[in-house]
Amino acid sequence: MNDNNNNSNGYLDMELMRFTTAGSVDDGKSTLIGRLLYDSKSIFEDQIEAIETASKNRGKEEADLALLTDGLRAEREQGITIDVAYRYFATPKRKFIIADTPGHIQYTRNMVTGASTANLAVILIDARNGVVEQTLRHTYIASLLQIPHIVVCINKMDLIDYNEKKYHKIKRHFMEFAPKLDIKDIRFIPISALKGDNVVDSSKKMEWYTGATLMHVLENIFISGDSNYVDARFPVQYVIRPQNNKYHDYRGYGGRIDGGIFRVGDKVKILPSGFESEIKSIDTLNESLELAYAPQSVSVTIKDDIDISRGDMIVKSNNLPNQSQDITAMISWFHERPLIVGGKYSLRHTTKDIRCMVKEVRFKMDINTLERNYDDKTIKMNDIARIHIRTTQPLFYDSYRRNRNTGSFILIDEVTNETVGAGMIIERI
Amino acid sequence: MNKYNLNHLRELEAESIFIFREVAAQFDNPVILFSGGKDSIVMFHLARKAFHPAKVPIPLLHIDTGHNFKETLKFRDDLVEKFGVKLYVGSVQKTIDQGKVQEETGYNASRNVLQTTTLLDAIEEHKFDAAIGGGRRDEEKARAKERFFSYRDEFGQWDPKNQRPELWNLFNGKKRMGEHFRVFPLSNWTELDVWQYIFMENIEIPSIYFTHKREVFKRDGVWLATASFMTLKPDEKAEVLDVRCRTIGDITNTGLTLSKADNLKDIIDEIAVVRTTERGTRFDDKRSETAMEDRKKEGYF
Repeated sequence: MNDNNNNSNGYLDMELMRFTTAGSVDDGKSTLIGRLLYDSKSIFEDQIEAIETASKNRGKEEADLALLTDGLRAEREQGITIDVAYRYFATPKRKFIIADTPGHIQYTRNMVTGASTANLAVILIDARNGVVEQTLRHTYIASLLQIPHIVVCINKMDLIDYNEKKYHKIKRHFMEFAPKLDIKDIRFIPISALKGDNVVDSSKKMEWYTGATLMHVLENIFISGDSNYVDARFPVQYVIRPQNNKYHDYRGYGGRIDGGIFRVGDKVKILPSGFESEIKSIDTLNESLELAYAPQSVSVTIKDDIDISRGDMIVKSNNLPNQSQDITAMISWFHERPLIVGGKYSLRHTTKDIRCMVKEVRFKMDINTLERNYDDKTIKMNDIARIHIRTTQPLFYDSYRRNRNTGSFILIDEVTNETVGAGMIIERI
Repeated sequence: MNKYNLNHLRELEAESIFIFREVAAQFDNPVILFSGGKDSIVMFHLARKAFHPAKVPIPLLHIDTGHNFKETLKFRDDLVEKFGVKLYVGSVQKTIDQGKVQEETGYNASRNVLQTTTLLDAIEEHKFDAAIGGGRRDEEKARAKERFFSYRDEFGQWDPKNQRPELWNLFNGKKRMGEHFRVFPLSNWTELDVWQYIFMENIEIPSIYFTHKREVFKRDGVWLATASFMTLKPDEKAEVLDVRCRTIGDITNTGLTLSKADNLKDIIDEIAVVRTTERGTRFDDKRSETAMEDRKKEGYF
């Protein structure tokens, strides 16, 4: 694709883009990923040799690109993707992280995990089958997790003779349910991952399609506007006290900016104490900064001597987050043991670690039909539901829709320490 | 890029710093696994960033196979002195002497697998509750499934099918007595990212990453360094060539690259066009299709 791929000139202007792909074995997901990796020269000779050998051992004639991502013994033996696999490739414009997740309903939790940090979701539709239950489910998860951009790839166009009418029919069908979902940006591309049409190069077989190729979209779609630069949020992660002669009285607050922009001199409020002060410096090993923004990791010092510790949040005095002990959220359940109404769980929100009680299940979502079920409220593994929880201390939060960092939490089983659920906070009305 | 935007290296850096601080906050007795290779050097650099202007509050642990390049050991000792960090050394030789493991024999004998026992012993002896490693997901297919915070049971074992889900930047390091975590701050870095970052940040690395003359021989298509504990087969012959290391393991399994690259820029250009993965030159991964997964389950790095 390009010969000076990744050379040492120019890589300082590369952006990082995370995207997710969800799909089952048959809809060409592995072929698509294989092509993106292969065409960007990210598959190496020893990897190709290794999968050729492995494919032959399994009685296959052609190299099975799925073996590239399905790394675990159990996955290779059963020929399925079980877990989220992360894959990496780069072009001169961007470095990409693919969260490759299985598509079946019993792996909803893996899809949710992969989607939680993605800038973009690639949704694959087999052109022969059109919109199916799985399409709806993947799109719903992408909207629930607020992935800012969705690219619907209508794949295997070669098997329907690159038929424009059929493509538009699938697109129309998709747009019938899309408005019910909370999607900010959606686009469609007719492709053949196998033949390479509209993946990296424009298809000569589909001149009726004048839009961008998938690679063009991945490389050029504007993603830096997706971050929240308005609501300044700095959860304190770790208190830095050098206690040496040079920095005798230094007390820095290490953390990652979860939203907005902080400048030296900004009037800030410390939560939960409510004390007000001013940002004195923003420090890094290389230099002190005038300003810092999400998602930078910095160390902040403030003017006044206030007791601040991990779990506190520094915000701007003129822009406060919500504060409550009663939280309504969508929850994705991860564990074989069902959610217990009235049960107590550990809750981690930003850098804060507290406890909560699940007060109520409002409804369960049927993610195949997008209908709300108010009758069956047992929440089992892979279920998605709206719940109400009460926390032992107030949470300082934004709605998940407004800020994915300050609007998300996980629930942890207090006995086994396992992560059992992931929550997305809904603005209280 | 708009004005409030990080390039990919700064974004990876921010993520890794976040992980280091999270470890310091969530664990009582963490340790950084330090091999003297480029990944562990970059890790230590990121740790300095995470805790600046304080010293890195986490000690280093080197699992010493006794088969190291002498340049690596010197680099390790210089770094420890320069930054005033505590160093623990776990000796594979000692594990062998204690009779806990048996030295492999034959031409391809390696202490690679034996390291696991030494590592788990060191973790138990010093009661480390988090061991921070330089593993990257792009290195190997089993590593691609690894978490940032990877739970290990009381036997130090990894169960790939029963891992804690990781969402957003919420990391769950809760554990019971005797259990520990492996933590991988460089999970999302690629080999090229690491080299670009070393260049961007001007990080010092051992001299053997640059071209030098060394006595080498070829085995199964891989150039290996000669050493007193390496036995040449009758048809193998030693010769002096211009080589450099692409990865640094111990001498028995570090494949050398024929190269005249004497600066970082040339190395980056070389990596960008090279057609094999860095682990493709590592003998330890060639043993079977799931060699890495099998070793990791037992408690390997």
